[in-house]
Amino acid sequence: MSAPNKSYDPVPVTALSADEVARMQAEALAAIAAAADLDQLKAARLAHAGDRAPITLANAEIGALPPAARAEAGKRVGTARAAIRAALASRQQELEADRDRRVLVEEAVDVTLPWDRALPGARHPVTTVAERLADVFVDMGYEIAEGPEVEAEWYNFDALNFPPDHPAREMQDTFFVAGPDGGHSGMVLRTHTSPVQIRAMLTRPLPLYVVSPGKCFRSDTLDATHSPVFHQIEGLAVDEGLTMADLRGAISSFVEAMFGEGLRTRLRPDFFPFTEPSADVSMECHVCRGASARPGGAPCRVCRSQGWIEIAGCGMVNPRVLVACGIDPDRYSGFAFGLGIERALMIRHGVTDIRDTVEGDVRFSRAFGTEA
Amino acid sequence: MLVPLSWLLEYAALQPADEGGPDVTEIARRLTAAGLEIEGIDHVGQDITGVVVAQVLDIEELTGFSKPIRYCRVTYGQDAERSVICGAVNFSAGDRVPLALPGAVLPGGFKISARKTYGHVSDGMICSAAELAIGEDHAGILVLPADAPLGADFAGYAGLRDDVLDVNVTPDKGYAMSVRGVARELAIAFGADYTDPADVGLPGPDEVGRQSAEVYPASIEDPTACDRFVLREVHGIDPAAPVPLWLRVRLARAGMRTVSLAVDVTNYLMVELGQPLHAFDRASLSGPIVVRRAREGERLETLDHVVRDLDPDDILITDSSGPISLAGTMGGLATEVTDQSADLVIEAAHFSAAGTARMSRRHRLESPASARFARGVDHELQLRASARAAAMLTALGGGTVLPGCTYASAPVDQVSVVLAADYPDQVAGTVYGLSTVTSRLRQVGCEVSVTDEAAGPPPSTAEAIGAILPSRHVRHEHGRHDRAGRLMAVIPPSWRPDLTDPSDLAEEVIRLEGYEKVPVRLPKAPPGRGRTARQRMRRSIGRSLADAGYVEVLSSPFASAADADRLQLAVDDPRRRGPVIANPLSEEEPLLRTTLLPGLLRVLSRNLGRGFADVALFETGTVFLAKANAPRSAPILRVDRGPTVSEVASLEAALPEQPLHVGAVLSGDIEQAGWWGTGRRVSWADAIEAARIVLRVSRAEFSVQADHQEPWHPGRCAALYVQPSEGQQWLAGYAGELHPRVVQAFGLPPRSCAMELDLSAVETAAADLGPVQAPVISAYPPATQDVALIVAQSVPAADVEAALTAGAARLSPDGDGSGDSDGSSDGDTGTAGGIMLEDVRLFDVYTGEQVGDGNKSLAYTLRFRAPDRTLTAGEAAAARDAAVAEAARQTGAVLRGGS
Repeated sequence: MSAPNKSYDPVPVTALSADEVARMQAEALAAIAAAADLDQLKAARLAHAGDRAPITLANAEIGALPPAARAEAGKRVGTARAAIRAALASRQQELEADRDRRVLVEEAVDVTLPWDRALPGARHPVTTVAERLADVFVDMGYEIAEGPEVEAEWYNFDALNFPPDHPAREMQDTFFVAGPDGGHSGMVLRTHTSPVQIRAMLTRPLPLYVVSPGKCFRSDTLDATHSPVFHQIEGLAVDEGLTMADLRGAISSFVEAMFGEGLRTRLRPDFFPFTEPSADVSMECHVCRGASARPGGAPCRVCRSQGWIEIAGCGMVNPRVLVACGIDPDRYSGFAFGLGIERALMIRHGVTDIRDTVEGDVRFSRAFGTEA
Repeated sequence: MLVPLSWLLEYAALQPADEGGPDVTEIARRLTAAGLEIEGIDHVGQDITGVVVAQVLDIEELTGFSKPIRYCRVTYGQDAERSVICGAVNFSAGDRVPLALPGAVLPGGFKISARKTYGHVSDGMICSAAELAIGEDHAGILVLPADAPLGADFAGYAGLRDDVLDVNVTPDKGYAMSVRGVARELAIAFGADYTDPADVGLPGPDEVGRQSAEVYPASIEDPTACDRFVLREVHGIDPAAPVPLWLRVRLARAGMRTVSLAVDVTNYLMVELGQPLHAFDRASLSGPIVVRRAREGERLETLDHVVRDLDPDDILITDSSGPISLAGTMGGLATEVTDQSADLVIEAAHFSAAGTARMSRRHRLESPASARFARGVDHELQLRASARAAAMLTALGGGTVLPGCTYASAPVDQVSVVLAADYPDQVAGTVYGLSTVTSRLRQVGCEVSVTDEAAGPPPSTAEAIGAILPSRHVRHEHGRHDRAGRLMAVIPPSWRPDLTDPSDLAEEVIRLEGYEKVPVRLPKAPPGRGRTARQRMRRSIGRSLADAGYVEVLSSPFASAADADRLQLAVDDPRRRGPVIANPLSEEEPLLRTTLLPGLLRVLSRNLGRGFADVALFETGTVFLAKANAPRSAPILRVDRGPTVSEVASLEAALPEQPLHVGAVLSGDIEQAGWWGTGRRVSWADAIEAARIVLRVSRAEFSVQADHQEPWHPGRCAALYVQPSEGQQWLAGYAGELHPRVVQAFGLPPRSCAMELDLSAVETAAADLGPVQAPVISAYPPATQDVALIVAQSVPAADVEAALTAGAARLSPDGDGSGDSDGSSDGDTGTAGGIMLEDVRLFDVYTGEQVGDGNKSLAYTLRFRAPDRTLTAGEAAAARDAAVAEAARQTGAVLRGGS
């Protein structure tokens, strides 16, 4: 096209001719369509839409046209460039979708592969169950009291109203600590956590509510149901006006918290030198809820179809024990209860052989994880 | 204790079960609810069928066999005849015997059928006592009395069918070790009439207590050993008189062997009354009997053929020949009743409970008699029990009872307990009412007298039990006894020495009324403060170690000297001096552990043996260390008042140190090989990191230093120190790789590692830490600077890091490195104020030619940040230079590739 240009030198701009623009557009669209991947498309973009692309250069020539021609040429070039841009965008989208389909599929992995680089650790169930038992009482407002494992005989026996030579002392199968020449040392491996009661009464202000978990020792040979080293948790409350009704309340709250809502408890007379009256505590079987002991009930392995499971000993603190701790039994009364942690493990977690708790096989602790 | 129900029902007049009375299950339930726990019920004899009373008609002795064999014709009624083979020879034609007919079932489900043996058909079996489970006598046939009814069902005739209760007698209830005591409880439990067996079968009331010089003389030399001693004599007994079947059956049901008439009668009465009795052969006694303590050097051969060296505390029955019996425990062999003894001296006594308990323990000799004396025997039963024994012996064995008795005695304190009549109500938290309380106490045999209205306060409980109270506990205005009310004076029966305190009497009322009648009161919440910081810390440490892959175990606290050798401990290492157990379960392990490691290493080894190659374990537990200057023993304090401060201190002084330790051991791979690549063996660094985990949880300031200590590898052992306060440090423990010799001694894989810390020390070091104070979190970007420092091989990386930190800290306005006021940071604090070295991270350790022999290169990334601005490159470089300069000053570090 060579329109007359009165004001300027008549310069024929071939590049802006309709034919030429159409040719450039067609070439660009063909290159874009031919781009097989994003890299080729990038090259096509440079070649046909970049700063050095013919259509870009042509666009720069528009100013050289006479004013009358500019609009038409501008429109022509603009339409062509828009078409190229649109083609680029659409091809870009196609190719990206293509890539996503292909590449991300190729990169897929088996997410079910294991990642057991590190073996899992665990806490011992005696620890976690003791902690759980203590939690129940701590939540009830009790504090945790502690005492030594090698204990003075006075704490372990005398202060707890075990008279010297009484058969009750004999029944404890005590390990005695040898004195310097192998003689009497006045010390034993504590046979129960009850000496902590004495320590608590001697050191804490009244009223007191404490619970004491810990390791105990009796000279039993290790077998499925006995271990020379075992664990107990014991509770003690000393306050004004405490009665056996309070003891029953505490026991019943504890059993429900630890073993299940609504489980009934039953006390039956027993004997401990440090409590009077004394009782053993049974709870309704948490598995069959007593059904196995009723006529026609399905047998229960957990309670051996008794309907009840013995779990603890308890009683009202013997006034003699209060006296040995310098507490006036006419002003204060108390109750105490104690249970075996291993026994709780057996009842609550189905441990059948106590040796599993002392042998340290990693499978045993690992099965329990870190909380009971 | 085993008690046949039929025996109990003789004295407790319960309705029989087949006449609408309670069945044995209900009986067991009620007895258990009353405090006599029935541990088991044996339905004995229920399985015996087809055994009849028969008579031997004639006996054909078969010959040609290696032992005597008899072919016997027996009858058990008209036209009922059988022939049986029998290997026993203790019977004659005409004797009545138990005959098991073909089809019969004997105890244990043993079925009898006709069979051919020794050339004849044996059409049944004539039975021994053992075969019928009424004794241990296998050798001979049980020959029945001539009046046994021919053809009668033998089990019914002999009373073999019974329910035997196994009573678990708690150590306070001596009275329940008798038919007398259990029957009383049974009668109370069902409100049935009770007959006291001590009141039956006695000679006239005047005769029971009548003393006679004719009877063998006796005296009590030590009234603390014995307060009642009764002798009676019977003459002309037939030593071969048969023990009647009913007596044998009862003894067998009660778990006792039949021995001889004299022994069986005394045993029978012991079971029935709870009073141990002893029969002496009159002819073997010489001179008067004296009850006394043993003298130095005395010895006695007891019935079990053991010659015992006697202790001066032993209680003896003696005659002029010396000791003839361990009182209430076991008789002497020399005066034993034999099959020749026609004249007997029967002893019934009351010995000191504690004395017999000590004696029985000292001689490791628990007999049915000592078990009863130790638990408490009725001190007013001796006259009647011995009278019954004499009467029973002569009734069964012929002969005569010498009139009267010898009765030596010492005064016994009368126990009388005065208490508020509503004391049981106060203990139980309910209201029983006076009539219930008094009638329950009378049921158990107490004499109860109640004062009139408002008699004033009772004696305090402390007074009642002879106690002394400190003045800080003066009686309280609202004390449980201060209300003026009725008082009870209670005299417990002679068979209940356990009833001494008001609380004992309260228990009697509460148990008989039933524990189920005690109300349930919901607990009030006391104002507890939760777990202490130490207790929380212990739990967190356990969780953290578990999270780090360690499995908690509880190893044995018992240790041996060999453990110390295996750990390569020096001879004077204090860890060799654990407390010694006087009576260990195993002579191999008589010590208490001083370190957790041997136990942990054994558990490690056990796991390896069970096929686990990669194991990491930890334990938190007490160890026991001898205390310097500890007293020789802990005193036994009095119990009638609270201990004084110095008394408590004297107990504590004797106890060993018992710190809580935490230990860990590890072996194999800490990181497993897998599809991701190779694994990683455990190393000294893992063990030290385990210690760091513990110390980080504690929040105590700590440091790691190279050290050597058994049982660790001397070049791979770290000591860990905690800082309880500025400038103070306590050794917390050690960690690292185990010494190769230790690894070998415990049979572990090479390069096994371990750590052990004194958790008590760590806890104490951290005890005064306040709550964590929040850090300043700057949102400005960090400036990171990498530096590589060349130091001598011997310089610990920890020192270099500490120096870098100190150098950088000097830049901070609140930096704590400002001790060096002459620092070389030439006024940087002005321009670089507030620059914080947020993190120092060692990312590479290099040794080799490029850093020179004997040197190493430590490459660190230092991350700086300011709270209020983005640091410029220049500021960051200046801060880095300050840190490096301090490292250079303290450790001789040279910046690698630096100018």
